[in-house]
Amino acid sequence: MTVTGKISAIRGAGPAPAHRRRLLDQDWPRLLRAGAVLALGQVFIALSGMPVSFDRRLLIDPVLSLGYLSLLWLPLVVGYWVGREQVLEGMAAYTRGGRDVAAGAIAGLLGNAGLTLLVLGITHFDIRDPLVNWSPQLLDILEFEESVWLGTLIWPAIGAGTGALGGGMHWAGSRTSRTTVTVLLSVFGTAVLESVITDLTQGFHVEAVSDWLYGPKRGLTYPAAIAVAATAVGVMTGLAAYRASPARDGRTTRGNGAATVGGSESARPAWRRMPTRRAMNLVLTVAAIVVLPLFLGRLTNELLANVGLFILLALGLNIIVGLAGILDLGYVAFFAVGGYSVAVLTSPGSPRFDPEIPWFGALFAAMLLAGLAGLFIGAPVIRMRGDYLAIVTLGFGEIIRVLLLSDWLSGTFNGAQGITNVPGVEVFGLATVRGFEPRSVLYLVLVFCAIAVYVSWRLENSRIGRAWMAIREDENVAEAMGVDTVSAKLMAFVTGAVLGSFSGAILSAKVGSVFPHSFAIIVSIVILVVVIFGGMGNIPGVIAGAVVLIGILGGPNQPGLLQEFAEYKILIYGALLVWMMLQRSEGLIPNMRRARELHIDEMNQDVWLRAQAAADDAHNEGGNPRGGRL
Amino acid sequence: MHKTTKQRTNVDWFLTVLRVTSLAMIAAGLLAFAAQIIDSNNPFARWANPDAISLTGEQFQGLVVTGLAQGAMYGLIALGYSMVYGVLGFINFAHGEVFMVGAMTGAITSNKLAEAGYWESSFVLCLMLVVALSVVVCTITAVIMERVAYRPLRGKPRLIPLITSIGVSFFLQNCVLVLLGSTVKSYPDLPNWLTDKRTFLEIQGSKVLVLAVAALAMVGLWYLVEKTKTGQAMRAVAEDAEIASLMGIDVNRIIVKTFAVGGAMAGVAGILWGLLFRSVIHTTGFLPGIKAFSSAVVGGIGNLGGSMAGGLTIGVAESLGPLMILEPLGVSGPSQLRDAVAFAVLIIVLLVRPSGIFGERLPSEERT
Repeated sequence: MTVTGKISAIRGAGPAPAHRRRLLDQDWPRLLRAGAVLALGQVFIALSGMPVSFDRRLLIDPVLSLGYLSLLWLPLVVGYWVGREQVLEGMAAYTRGGRDVAAGAIAGLLGNAGLTLLVLGITHFDIRDPLVNWSPQLLDILEFEESVWLGTLIWPAIGAGTGALGGGMHWAGSRTSRTTVTVLLSVFGTAVLESVITDLTQGFHVEAVSDWLYGPKRGLTYPAAIAVAATAVGVMTGLAAYRASPARDGRTTRGNGAATVGGSESARPAWRRMPTRRAMNLVLTVAAIVVLPLFLGRLTNELLANVGLFILLALGLNIIVGLAGILDLGYVAFFAVGGYSVAVLTSPGSPRFDPEIPWFGALFAAMLLAGLAGLFIGAPVIRMRGDYLAIVTLGFGEIIRVLLLSDWLSGTFNGAQGITNVPGVEVFGLATVRGFEPRSVLYLVLVFCAIAVYVSWRLENSRIGRAWMAIREDENVAEAMGVDTVSAKLMAFVTGAVLGSFSGAILSAKVGSVFPHSFAIIVSIVILVVVIFGGMGNIPGVIAGAVVLIGILGGPNQPGLLQEFAEYKILIYGALLVWMMLQRSEGLIPNMRRARELHIDEMNQDVWLRAQAAADDAHNEGGNPRGGRL
Repeated sequence: MHKTTKQRTNVDWFLTVLRVTSLAMIAAGLLAFAAQIIDSNNPFARWANPDAISLTGEQFQGLVVTGLAQGAMYGLIALGYSMVYGVLGFINFAHGEVFMVGAMTGAITSNKLAEAGYWESSFVLCLMLVVALSVVVCTITAVIMERVAYRPLRGKPRLIPLITSIGVSFFLQNCVLVLLGSTVKSYPDLPNWLTDKRTFLEIQGSKVLVLAVAALAMVGLWYLVEKTKTGQAMRAVAEDAEIASLMGIDVNRIIVKTFAVGGAMAGVAGILWGLLFRSVIHTTGFLPGIKAFSSAVVGGIGNLGGSMAGGLTIGVAESLGPLMILEPLGVSGPSQLRDAVAFAVLIIVLLVRPSGIFGERLPSEERT
């Protein structure tokens, strides 16, 4: 919300007086900059090879492939971005209109001129030597397999169109633009989730639905895409009508921000406070999670099992990073300890420890060893500065991998060959969990996820949890208030380590083997991205982060829904991490307290603004200035 | 840390034990090694590892020179970490990738020059050109990185730019992967006078060249920081940014320049990597980057001379450590543990002397 917005929201007054600007009365330097950024971005995407390698994956049957989509989304975003304006206190706000559309169109046009240059460049020069994707295939895609002229002329036009759409979002008002975004996302989502939806319909024996939705070459069919879009519009309109209806106590969620953003408990309608409703929601969710895997096919179950493994890891790291605020970059070490101790103890293929013990016994050993590893890694680093600690834990993570690989310890860990023949999990003679039965693995993972969620949830509200959060906010103050910071931080390491070892233990039974290269540093980084993306210190956030990221993009060694992204996964994870830190460092679903720590300056500003507004009001009414405090 | 009045907890005892054990291990390894040199059959030499073979003088010298050459390279990268830490107080994790970009630029341009036939005929000129190009590319990379990723985060808690820089690091690494492909890029062959062992001290010419280039870069940096107006401003900002800005120094400009100079040093280091190892791939920057950071910490972060000394220490330690300490202690295949040794040096230094060997130079509010 802009500052003026805040002031007017606080005072309940209307927006500042506004006037219209002419179509070409633009902020030209800003447009040129946006165009240059877009041009660079588009040329980078084109040369990264995404259009070529995603070209086969159709999203909407004959018209749109993932490859073309990779060149379409950026103009849309930039078109929206050039129209963003910060309205300052005391300045007039401009009425949105055709000017925003024009700005988006101009930026898109200028930006996609970069692709025009690229087309001309590829036709005339050959620098394929350093740039591997400077290729005829890319040229074919950029020219729509027609002629150079089409290729050079159509891209600026496309850019102008999509940019205008992005800029038009400002004009259209929030409801229309939100509906548009929802429609685009739901069509995209339905197309991406193709394999899961096909799987589900097969499970419920309604294959007709997926046959109708998806064409023979994958991808939504034309009518299906329109139907999905229409459904999305219907749902959005229905929701808006429901929100405006008297059934919701006459309140609207949007509109005057100050009334609802604060969200005090009494402001909510009574039925939302009823505990039974929450309990019912919980029971329904759990039931769905338990029943659903029965109807899912191998592929989806496998995918969900991988997601579950990362939920476990992310919950463990969340305790260390999210709750205690210790940036541990070597978290993969605990994953490795879990995986390797189970493999060494249960597999007949392991060089040492001949009496093989069942998985559950090995799990206890793994937990114990991981806890010890947590102590051993935690103790030396605990007194270090936060950033030194990060690098040293990274060093520990790398040392463990180097040791697993080494000849020196190959008597126990078998070096680069790894340990194979890890047997499945015998669940008390009732069932066996093996890698080739993803459903059984999924259930095992779900059980451990439930344990991890319960443990994290209970710990968060416990004495130690509060101690962690105090340390995260300010270690010195926490110590002054009597928190034993050293043992609290060690506890965080140990708890996180044990949760991480669960995941390792399941992984080695699932895959049936462990190799040192499965425990590279990149695993730590991906888990960190999941935690930060989802929302540090927030359990639902972390779970959502794992589902979205690992489900769609996949883990470092595990494929996700968009298997085409395999090569670009880490690129996207890196960009996502930077973007999250710059734009929304509290994550997708923020932890309230954590968000407050991060935005303390803005909040202070709000408090100041509110105080100013109150003082003004009090002055205008001629009353006691103190009485106007909010 | 001024926690003199604090009671000693279990963790403190554990740390003391850890310090003593690690130092004792190093001492035992070195003693056993010395015993082998004196007489390979004495009982102390055979105590831990009866099969250990001591090094000949020539091998020893070779290892030291290799270590010094690599260490000089780490030192040049470490300067970038150290300067940025001194000015902004955060670890620019992506600095290692800037170095990799430099090595990549070097590989591409030197191959182009070799194709055109200039590499053989006028090597020194070509090398100067390659270094200059790499410096330019790395400087641009570092400056863009600062502008896009770090400037918006000024004043945030210092873990936030650190996490961002991890993202930048993996982003840059994979940019190079997707743009240039996953194949190993190799440097063209060096002229004979560099690869042959010289009669003078039996040292490979390329290593002498590496040391010379590093020394030259170091002198240039010393001149810039100590003798020019910009350097004075950099030191002022590192001392106290707020007061520096009150004295009329444009802090943002100085920060950009700091990144630029760090990037330039990384660019030089990238070419040195090319001369030493003759091949580069998108993941090349990661380990040298972390080792260079370790060098900066070992020498005392914020201390430029210390960074170079730290680099040399880490280089020599990872070159000699496996054979002088691990092998006499009975570790088989010790050379595989080189990377682990480098990290172990970092951990031991931080345990024993957290401010680095030569002491850190940081603004007052960064000292904790």
